[in-house]
Amino acid sequence: MSTVADLLRDAPFFTGLRRDWVELVAGCGSNVHFKAGELIFREGDTADLFYLLRHGSVALEAYAPTSGQLVIETIDAGEMLGWSWLFPPYRWHFDAHATTVVRATAFDGACLRGKCDADPALGYELTARFAQTLIERLQWTRLRLLDVYGNVGAR
Amino acid sequence: MSALAEAAPAAGPMLPQPFRVRRRRRETSDTWTLTLEPLAGDGLEPAPGQFTMVYAFGVGEIAISVSGADRGLLTHTVRAVGAVSGAISAARTGTVLGVRGPFGNSWPLAEAAGADVVVVAGGVGLAPLRTSVQWLERARTDYGEVTLLYGGRTPADLLYRRELDQLARRGKVSLRVTVDAATRGWEGTVGVVPKLVGGARFDPGSAVALVCGPEIMMRFSAEALIERGVAPERIYVSMERNMQCGVGHCGHCQLGPTLICRDGPVYGYDVAAPLMEVREL
Repeated sequence: MSTVADLLRDAPFFTGLRRDWVELVAGCGSNVHFKAGELIFREGDTADLFYLLRHGSVALEAYAPTSGQLVIETIDAGEMLGWSWLFPPYRWHFDAHATTVVRATAFDGACLRGKCDADPALGYELTARFAQTLIERLQWTRLRLLDVYGNVGAR
Repeated sequence: MSALAEAAPAAGPMLPQPFRVRRRRRETSDTWTLTLEPLAGDGLEPAPGQFTMVYAFGVGEIAISVSGADRGLLTHTVRAVGAVSGAISAARTGTVLGVRGPFGNSWPLAEAAGADVVVVAGGVGLAPLRTSVQWLERARTDYGEVTLLYGGRTPADLLYRRELDQLARRGKVSLRVTVDAATRGWEGTVGVVPKLVGGARFDPGSAVALVCGPEIMMRFSAEALIERGVAPERIYVSMERNMQCGVGHCGHCQLGPTLICRDGPVYGYDVAAPLMEVREL
């Protein structure tokens, strides 16, 4: 049976991470499972976890009074879910629902922040990796803002 | 037989041949698919990726990618964005339109045999790829993994919904569909189509990618493919500029050293990328 550390080594996010650091990070993780439609976290709740999705898909949602639940983005297997655990006030900004059966590794944010404080080199490495993910999401969001499928010509 | 039909057999590349609208199907709020039949002759035999010049008599002529060709019937999917495309997309059953072509080169489907093929389409960019997807599905055993990644603005803006559902059910082609903005009832993926490249199954070392959509979307998709390890020369994009003659005479579609109607519209990304980066072009 695969350990959490084994699963992390197979994940692109952790590719090339020092073996001892993988073990350290794995020490804050546990495998979790969500049924389709199950709430993973709710806007405003304490963000003390984040997830590496290994299977399935998650919808990030916001509630608008006139429109109901709006899906902002979907997160797929291989991607990280959640970064509100990184920065105060450690509250989720959106809801997250499993749209399919989801298998993931959940990480205790406080545990990992403690290990990063104790080993700044690990903290820098993980922060750089999360920054890369944040930048990718920002770039995709900017692309969506461009509304590239709007009118492109007038012939 | 009308005078137009009588003139058709002797038509050169600049003389429109008369085609009658046999069917007209609404795809989205502003996009229609027209099936055209020739008034004379056997019709055209366009290769996947080619385009024709379609003439709405008395209004004007535009280049439109071929989205289907079967036993002489020609299919075009047209988005109404201006006077000419508006007139063509509004053409009712029985209306006669002029057609010249087919023009341009085609997607390298034969060359891709044996390899994985990734098709990335955005918005109405699926139309020029529709015949390629049909080809790939028909000749499925000639290829490795075949994947279609398709993105649209909203669920209501997706083309060929029923065909995509059928494609997914047959399961020969791996299909992922995403929208930039979800609406109520949409249970699929939300996000830009280039993001799907990361999770698609293909061998980056040998895969061939066919990409069509708005130029920015093609650029982001190509970059995502390159990040996965696909060589730029195995990424093909379909370029669009102001095509007027279709035969490389007028120069309206010049893009740097190339004329898109004559040398394109399909280019390897190694050729297209530097041209896309020049703002004046």
